[in-house]
Amino acid sequence: MGISRRTALKAMVAATATTVAGSLSARDTQAAALAAPADAVGMLYDATRCIGCKACMTACNKANDVPPDTAASGGLWHMPVDLNEYAKNIIKLYRDPQNGEQSFVKRQCMHCIDPACVGACMLGALHKGEKGIVSYDPDLCIGCRYCEMGCPFNILKFEWSKAIPKMSKCELCRHRKEGPACCEVCPVEAVIYGKRADLLAEAHRRIEQNPGRYLPRVYGEEEVGGTQVLYLAHVDFDKLGLPAYTDQSVPQRVRTLQHTLYQGFIAPIALYGVLAGVMLYNRKKSNGAGTEEGEQ
Amino acid sequence: MAVNFFEGRKPPETIGEHLERCGVSRRQFLEFCAALMVAAPAGLALTSKARASEVARAVAKARRPSVIWLNFQDCTGCTETLLRTATPDIAELILNLISLDYHETLMAAAGKQAEEALQAAVKENAGKFVLVVEGAIPRKGNGMYMKLAGKPGLQVLDEVGSQAAAIIAIGSCASWGGIPSAAPNPTDAVGVDALIKNKPIINIPGCPPNPYNLLGTVLQYATAGTLPELDALKRPKFAYDWHIHDHCPRRAHFDAGQFARSFGDAGHRQGWCLYHLGCKGPVTHAGCSTRHFNDIPDVWPIGIGSPCVGCTEQEVLWRVPMFQTVKIHEATPPDTYAPVFTPQGHVSAVATGVAGLIGGALIGAGFMASKKLGSGDDTESESKPKKE
Repeated sequence: MGISRRTALKAMVAATATTVAGSLSARDTQAAALAAPADAVGMLYDATRCIGCKACMTACNKANDVPPDTAASGGLWHMPVDLNEYAKNIIKLYRDPQNGEQSFVKRQCMHCIDPACVGACMLGALHKGEKGIVSYDPDLCIGCRYCEMGCPFNILKFEWSKAIPKMSKCELCRHRKEGPACCEVCPVEAVIYGKRADLLAEAHRRIEQNPGRYLPRVYGEEEVGGTQVLYLAHVDFDKLGLPAYTDQSVPQRVRTLQHTLYQGFIAPIALYGVLAGVMLYNRKKSNGAGTEEGEQ
Repeated sequence: MAVNFFEGRKPPETIGEHLERCGVSRRQFLEFCAALMVAAPAGLALTSKARASEVARAVAKARRPSVIWLNFQDCTGCTETLLRTATPDIAELILNLISLDYHETLMAAAGKQAEEALQAAVKENAGKFVLVVEGAIPRKGNGMYMKLAGKPGLQVLDEVGSQAAAIIAIGSCASWGGIPSAAPNPTDAVGVDALIKNKPIINIPGCPPNPYNLLGTVLQYATAGTLPELDALKRPKFAYDWHIHDHCPRRAHFDAGQFARSFGDAGHRQGWCLYHLGCKGPVTHAGCSTRHFNDIPDVWPIGIGSPCVGCTEQEVLWRVPMFQTVKIHEATPPDTYAPVFTPQGHVSAVATGVAGLIGGALIGAGFMASKKLGSGDDTESESKPKKE
């Protein structure tokens, strides 16, 4: 045994210090870095323009080589109830039976700037790819579905029908040179494709130039730290299934929680201290009991 | 129809010259060209022009192509469809566009004269004429089930076909056998494609096909000297690239789920979708839904409330039962929408309570059992030494 007690203690102290320092510095950089990449692309969906023709749904399936979801219609129609393995893109309808208020809404991956699914993916199957697209590499996926649980928009879907299932999500048609098929086929340009910065400017321009037409807010500008898919609408985003999230991203929240818990390594030390105390107490007690039994 | 069979002919006049001589007005001719553009909106070199007048100019300059038309096992329906156009002017116009040098139904000659006319036409235009074949060709017993001038159909097709520049098989019978080849196929009838291998063959299936499909093909040959692009079944793409279902006037009823369930029911009377009556529109490639017959709107099977039978598909008509529904390929969304929030089932408070009680009871029972197990061990270990 070449290691003395002193060397071992020194190494332990050094390791603890590095961990603490590392976690502190990591937190600092992450808190600052929540701007979209410079070349980030995205989509702008304008619910006031959408006519609900669903051409984008058909185009999406064709472009991604996904069969239609005909289970609910007995083989007649592509009729998904929600996003699923056969529908990476869906047009939904919100209608208030009381006052007749209604709006279409297109749902697909929001391409968050700081995505929860990427944070949850343990093997990097989901990652921020080129142009900020939240990309998926099925070869690395083990099917744990943590991403599905983590997504704040309930986008990722599991391929329940397959023997070796993967996840299914919109990847902004990154395999197509022309960009997303849905934007290409939209007959009224309700959904358009471009750089996020340009789309954001366009969204604000539309709000400014058409007073009263839109809610004065671009959904996705700040929600969950910003998304690359932006929404304009004339009814509350809540009602369209786009909840009012703060500007803190999910991974950011998780990191804050973790870093608070592990601040200065106090919580683990306290926990292990308590556990050690319990152990010592129990051992003492059982030793005492053992001697009692022995005496009998 | 001034078809001159016997004279040694002058060089063929252009279509424009011929129309002028026959007194067809420019207006009628332009109307025809516009109709051709509707029938063949894409894929035909001739109709890729922007205006009917440009098409007219191109067609008028062309020499009238020599066409020899042979009938085999057929009903002459394909000939009839060529003649049954809305106004007699246009029927005449069609015959003015091509130089129909031999056609058993339309020519005045009969018997020996007719046979001589055929030989003369073949000889004169050898290697240049377009052979149009109507009807299936029987093969059984060396073709003895159909004879022309004492020769079996097989031999006639071989003799005339070998001299042709190209062969157009008009109708489903000539394309792949049609009705005569339906099971049990007593005469072993087949289409032209199965017999002639070394000539360009264009199938124009249909029962009958729209005459514009034939005219588009022949006129492309006359104007550009080329043949239109074909699909896997050798059908010209300009006319057979889409499903009936894709452009069906009743498509909106399909998407809305409005179906006729039996002939004459309320839905059928209101012109709803015929899918459940066995309509083969979703699997049939043809232009019927956009170009109706006889130049009269709604004159086509689905337009008069009869489901499509899939006559332009080799594997559908006479192969699939007429009233059997077909599989929809590439299904599209219906007329309904998914709600924003997917409705989910609720669990009532009572059910939750009952489940809790059962769970609690199980846990309690487990705890008691484990306790008993422990004490049982104790008694065993204690009792054993006592016994010994």
